[in-house]
Amino acid sequence: MHARRGISGERIGGAIALAFILGFVALALAPLLRFGGAGGIDQQLASVLTFTLWQASLSTLLSVFFGAVVALSVARRPSFTGRVWLLRFMAAPMGLPALAAAFGVLAVWGREGAFNSVLSFFDLGTKFNVYGMTGILIAHTFFNIPLAARLFTAALDRFPPTYWKLAANLDLGRVALFRLVEGPALMAALPGVAGLIFMLCATSFTLVLTLGGGPAATTLEVAIYQALKFDFEPGRAVFLVLVQVVLTGLVLAFLAAFPAPAEERAQQGTELRRFDGGSLASKLWDGAVIVAFLLFCGAPFVAILVDGLRADFPHLLADRLFWRALQTSAVLGLSAALLALLLSWLIAMARVSTGSRIFAGWLDAGGSLILLTPPIVLSTGWFLWLRGGDGFAPYILVAIINALMALPFALRVLQPAVRSHVERTRRLSQSLGLSGLQRLRIIDAPALSRPLLMAFFFALSLSLGDLGAVALFGGEGFVTLPWLIYARLGSYRTTDAAALTLILAAVCMAFAVLGTPSERRRGEAGR
Amino acid sequence: MRKTVLLAALAALLSSTSAFAAGKTLTVYTYESFTAEWGPGPKVKAAFEKTCGCTVNYVSVEDGVALLNRLKLEGKDTKADVVLGLDTGLVADAKATGLFAPSGIDAAAVKVPGNFKDDVFVPYDYGHFAVVYDTEKMKTPPKSLDELVNGNPDEKIVIEDPRTSTPGLGLLLWMKSVYGDKAGDAWKKLSKRVLTVTPGWSEAYGLFTKGEAPMVLSYTTSPAYHEMEEKTSRYQAASFSEGHYIQIEVAGMTATSKDPALAKSFLSFMVSPAFQDIIPTTNWMLPAAKMDQPLPDAFNKLVQPAKTFLMSPEEVQKNRKAWVDEWVAAMGAK
Amino acid sequence: MTKAVELSSAGLTLGDHRFSFDLAVPEGAFVAVTGPSGSGKSTLFNILAGFERPHAGRVLLGGEDMAAVPPGKRPVSLIFQDNNLFAHRDIFTNVALGVSPSLQLDDMARAAVSDALSRVGLAGFEKRMPATLSGGEKQRAAFARALVRKRPIMLLDEPFAALDPELRHQMGALLAAMHRQEGFTVLMITHDREEARRLADRFAMVEAGHVAGQGQIADLPMLTARG
Repeated sequence: MHARRGISGERIGGAIALAFILGFVALALAPLLRFGGAGGIDQQLASVLTFTLWQASLSTLLSVFFGAVVALSVARRPSFTGRVWLLRFMAAPMGLPALAAAFGVLAVWGREGAFNSVLSFFDLGTKFNVYGMTGILIAHTFFNIPLAARLFTAALDRFPPTYWKLAANLDLGRVALFRLVEGPALMAALPGVAGLIFMLCATSFTLVLTLGGGPAATTLEVAIYQALKFDFEPGRAVFLVLVQVVLTGLVLAFLAAFPAPAEERAQQGTELRRFDGGSLASKLWDGAVIVAFLLFCGAPFVAILVDGLRADFPHLLADRLFWRALQTSAVLGLSAALLALLLSWLIAMARVSTGSRIFAGWLDAGGSLILLTPPIVLSTGWFLWLRGGDGFAPYILVAIINALMALPFALRVLQPAVRSHVERTRRLSQSLGLSGLQRLRIIDAPALSRPLLMAFFFALSLSLGDLGAVALFGGEGFVTLPWLIYARLGSYRTTDAAALTLILAAVCMAFAVLGTPSERRRGEAGR
Repeated sequence: MRKTVLLAALAALLSSTSAFAAGKTLTVYTYESFTAEWGPGPKVKAAFEKTCGCTVNYVSVEDGVALLNRLKLEGKDTKADVVLGLDTGLVADAKATGLFAPSGIDAAAVKVPGNFKDDVFVPYDYGHFAVVYDTEKMKTPPKSLDELVNGNPDEKIVIEDPRTSTPGLGLLLWMKSVYGDKAGDAWKKLSKRVLTVTPGWSEAYGLFTKGEAPMVLSYTTSPAYHEMEEKTSRYQAASFSEGHYIQIEVAGMTATSKDPALAKSFLSFMVSPAFQDIIPTTNWMLPAAKMDQPLPDAFNKLVQPAKTFLMSPEEVQKNRKAWVDEWVAAMGAK
Repeated sequence: MTKAVELSSAGLTLGDHRFSFDLAVPEGAFVAVTGPSGSGKSTLFNILAGFERPHAGRVLLGGEDMAAVPPGKRPVSLIFQDNNLFAHRDIFTNVALGVSPSLQLDDMARAAVSDALSRVGLAGFEKRMPATLSGGEKQRAAFARALVRKRPIMLLDEPFAALDPELRHQMGALLAAMHRQEGFTVLMITHDREEARRLADRFAMVEAGHVAGQGQIADLPMLTARG
């Protein structure tokens, strides 16, 4: 990396974004300290910490490993029918609320699930018990294998097409290709992907409790919730948040220590071609991997579909509340996604233009650590500032919180793309004397439209599925789709809830489709 | 351009909620399922507004615990005139905030099991915790807490976490009431039957109706919902010979209310038939005072606990932490 | 004399574009491949290297039919404008891939790699990473790999396009020297007529998916409509 001289607009933008994020979190935590609750780690907390780290590590390891396996197979076949749908599908699970996913997973792996039906059909005697670590891992990998696969596939697809030609020309075998080309590409993406997944799993709450089988399966997030809600010790909640930040920060620092290989400049507008994978064995392998992936991650969606279709849709769609929830969710989601896009753009641009390792580290941390501060903590802290919060305040606040929660995802999509783009066009824009908005309009936005689109819809999907940190603000007006799902569940209306879940899943899928437009057809690319 | 559209949309959205009618306003803090479309809130608002010449304004939060937390955070600045939806487990904490004023409601108007009496908080409904079972999966439900604890470990139950939910805490207190010092051992035995522990009632009940377990910790009133709304008697509550722990929901008026007379008149209305008639089929709890209409038939078929357990709020407040720790230790050692 | 490259009506359709190439290159020739952008120069190279399979016609390299020969087994070495080196491996490894794709190297092979590096002026660069090299140095490393690889045909796709004029001259000279010493057959895509005349002895002009003209370099037209 060359150090760049001068104070650039990019770095100022990044600093502003960073200040906004850190300020938002710090302002939320500060007023909580006025209330009771002390720090200190007792034995119970120690075992919670151990469990949190253990389950998150295992979940991350499995998600990253299988995600990479899937990505290798998908990337090796750049032009099979339905590939774009596979990529779209990978972006679908992240929008599901945790409880909906838990029910979906249980419909497959639960005591009465499809898997046990298969076992009993073949009279295999034993019953598969999903509750416990198994269930936690299945649910976490259901969410995160697709995420990892999506990001890894993007990393592989970003390689310069000449690499695949050179590899073919040099007659590189499977092992050599992995060592020289694929492996390094995965390694380059690994710290970001693994870090994100680790944070998601470490802060998992509903999935861990519901599928964990008992209080032995408790994450720090549960302890934070307990401290803030049932025990009302906001000071302790802040302490636990800090513990979570420090612990996870250590894991992230460890991951960041992986050597990030230099990325070559990718060429854009050139179609993806691969020249390996022609053998029957490799075709069978890739086919099996993709089918297994679809079965594992698709089955819970099928369960959600089957469950949801039983509902009385005309009745549901006639419900005024449903439309209001949809409207609120849409407005919140859009604002959150736009804000997430803006922040991730500022951070990504600053990240590639800074020569300072310290600033880069802060940008990385600022873009991610928000995930470690539970929404309930943020909203409680901000509640104290807003004093009741009538009118716009709660909406804006929830939009900001959702945006910040979506930011790490958007960054994982945007940052690598921005990096290769800037490397590629630096000379061009310098020679044309372009900078700032001009550069953004003429050079950046058109070239980065795909990752921008994907990041935007990632964020939209996530915000939509977020329950919203509205617990304290309440008010009759504040009805979001996931809230409505929980509310119906909370009053025996499971069929309605299932139907709403189906609608939410369909919307997420629609966003995934919009976020991944079809590739240009082969041969249409200029040559 | 995009931004203006967004703001306009937001404004349109909010205009419906922030419009106030002129005249007196009563602000009621409550939980969300109370104000839900299918909950008692809308009907209660309409009925009270007919008599009071005022506007009832709900502010609803997640649940009873969030309700109390919101008050603690707001302190004396709270806009609440009435806080509706705390339960007996939270009463001691709520009083300690010093934010509530005596209700002045005649205790004789209220009839709930378990001898709950309080000069500040007025009960408006109650329900007993109960193990609800699926009659298609379970022919012989447990007849006592002891049978539940010692029963066949292959017949599972889903329970809620006392660290994060009210029913979870209810079962904890129930076990404590029955087993006292031996509750830890009982939990250890019961843990073999526990399929999983969910963060809240919704998750637990969802797992139960999806068939994951034949039993769930819920309320004696749950079968009434299935009977009336779904016309099925598949799900029944098991009657336990030791007795059942009770959850009493209460409301109180704040000391900071700008219109204490109006707040008090709401509390009186709350224990009148006009309010109580609404409760059973909207909140799926039992009325805490006289109704005009007869209780729907489905409610008469419910389990009538032979004995009601209720610990004093002070005792709960004092011991909750230690008991939860005991629970975690016993369940975790599974 | 066998031709190093012989295409007869090697045709294929990509999207709306149709290609059909006829080309004959004598062994040891240095052919400048010219033509407007989008005319099919890269497609011609893709056919030669085995990245595109023609639907019709024949492709002979060194007199052998290539129809069933995968890219890695063809007698060609490739050099592109950039990205010729795997970024995360040192220069030695990048060159050694030309000897053995699985990097099984004996002492003799190691010596050959170092020797090739010094021949292209990169002696002592073994442990350097590609990112630390200048554009010209990277192309030299790619030449070194072609040297150890010893495939009789070199395909160069605008190898000097990213370099400044002085460096282009130097690199051109190096390539010319390699061509003389090794007797490779060289096909080089270039937009630079002056460079073509300086280095090549033959030309092939591609237009609209066909080889529109080929012959001695002296016969290369001075200007074309769009060049």
